[in-house]
Amino acid sequence: MSGQHSSAAEQTVFDVAVVGAGPAGLGAAAAAARAGVRVVLIDAGHQLGGQYWRHPDESTTDPTRLAGYRDWGEFLALRERILRHCQTGAAVHLASTHVWFVEPPAAGGGRQSWTLHLMPGGPPSRETPPRTVCAERLILCPGAYDRQLPIPGWDLPGVMAAGGVQALLKGHHTLSGRRAVVAGTGPFLLPVAQQLARHGVDVLAVCEANGLARWMRHMPVVARTPAKVSEAATYARSLARARIPYRTATVLTRVDPDASGTQVGAVELARVGPGGLVEKARQRLEVDLVALGWGFTPSLELINAVGAQTRIDADQSLVAVVDDDQQSTVPGVFIAGEATGVGGAMLALAGGELAGIVAAEAGHLERARVRALRREIGRLRAFAAAMHDAHPVPARWPQWLTAETLVCRCEEVAYATLGNAITELGANDARTLKLLTRCAMGWCQGHVCGYASASLAAGGQGRALTADDLRPLAKQFPCAPVPLAHLAGE
Amino acid sequence: MTGTGERPTDEHALAAAAARVLKFTLDGRELTARPGQSVGAALTDAGVRSWRHTRRGGRPRGLFCGIGICYDCLITADGVPNLRACLLPVVDGMRLTTSAPAKTPPAYDALAR
Ligand code: FES
Repeated sequence: MSGQHSSAAEQTVFDVAVVGAGPAGLGAAAAAARAGVRVVLIDAGHQLGGQYWRHPDESTTDPTRLAGYRDWGEFLALRERILRHCQTGAAVHLASTHVWFVEPPAAGGGRQSWTLHLMPGGPPSRETPPRTVCAERLILCPGAYDRQLPIPGWDLPGVMAAGGVQALLKGHHTLSGRRAVVAGTGPFLLPVAQQLARHGVDVLAVCEANGLARWMRHMPVVARTPAKVSEAATYARSLARARIPYRTATVLTRVDPDASGTQVGAVELARVGPGGLVEKARQRLEVDLVALGWGFTPSLELINAVGAQTRIDADQSLVAVVDDDQQSTVPGVFIAGEATGVGGAMLALAGGELAGIVAAEAGHLERARVRALRREIGRLRAFAAAMHDAHPVPARWPQWLTAETLVCRCEEVAYATLGNAITELGANDARTLKLLTRCAMGWCQGHVCGYASASLAAGGQGRALTADDLRPLAKQFPCAPVPLAHLAGE
Repeated sequence: MTGTGERPTDEHALAAAAARVLKFTLDGRELTARPGQSVGAALTDAGVRSWRHTRRGGRPRGLFCGIGICYDCLITADGVPNLRACLLPVVDGMRLTTSAPAKTPPAYDALAR
């Protein structure tokens, strides 16, 4: 952005504010700006791309010369368009900026725009960044992060979220270890293993908790998404070339420290047998890096902040309810990308573009494009549903916990403490569990342990996980941590 | 705030920027980083995997989520505590110290309850 826009940004009422600059946000901002409305794109990242298109710092690396990044042509084209819109003044990009509070339009009369309260996240700059921006309509594209399950020893340094390992590779060419195991479930494990291997890391195994047989039921859907099939084939080939075993129906049941006791040294693997039972026989691998991912959890702070309705998706994630136009249940608020259901970058991009067109009130001018986008979204959603069905979190995952396993890493709450609260103290929902044990009440506010503790609460009752189990763990205010000094207006 | 518009575009400027070496210290130990690296990435490159201990169990912690979600990576930089190493860019001359984080996030305490 451009500092000179800062004060101007504060006074303008934008037609559309897009929050998030990953695939969905970029698609949305480019489409809205193309339609000729005034757009502000607000993003926590210091450069465009989000998690998916994270790349090295543009002050040292020309992004047009990068190779080996997925769907990179799409990104460069979008980036170019946004830069052009920023140069002409049609769009304003506020980088390194967090939205920590959303103020709705005044009820009846008064100001009809949303006010987003901002906090700068980057290094101090010469210009005073805007503290607020106003916009008639919002497009929220907050993205998602790796979902986690507790495993004995998972808090040892060297155990990381698969997405975090990838973020270090993509953003900094930094290797988090030399001998790795990648474990969890879902297709995302494959690019992580592939990229580690390409950077010279010895990947000893990819452990996929599920078998692949469930994909067989979804062949008609798979056949309609040939791009996904060839992507999978590419990963299969590169894993084979790097001699990385892809072990299905295999879970990582425990992480052990090395001789120093201060970092990961080995892991234990087990097969998942019939009925989801984790078999007794264990295998050991000596590793210095463990990358874990069990699908993704959408970031819902902003969605909750505007009061948009949520539902539980097929993958047991809490997601925002949207209609055919990506409109949420709150008038004037559109949502796109993983927050509407985890489905990958191309789905996010299509949803973002559709939201951008409709939010710019250009739907009637771009009828053919809107129809094409809806078809594309339908096709990719169907694929995502198949993927969620084929890669569920193992129903009996608590089998591998021990009494001492930390479920909540922040407040250091062990499984035994939660178990006691559930069986002895009668905690039958996530909210009570949280109050009794402080689980999910620490620094991360339940982002990491929310899914696991909600599942344990529901499982303790012998019932399936519901949206109501997840909601108390997804509601956070403020939307981003905000120093008191900033609130005080210093 | 950085962002679109203030980037050097010609190759020489980029090459010169990329060749810079940033110096920083961790508890007095001298380390280096590449420009644009986060503290978390630079420490990882230096072979440092943890830089704080938990309050109760005294367990070592470093990077976990890598993207600003988990707060495992909290560090003190130039006297400012509780910063996320995975998000914080290294600045030349930065002084990092390992420390235990505050009990709970102060702003959450003030606002969320
Ligand atoms: S590693 Fe999770 S917040 Fe930094």
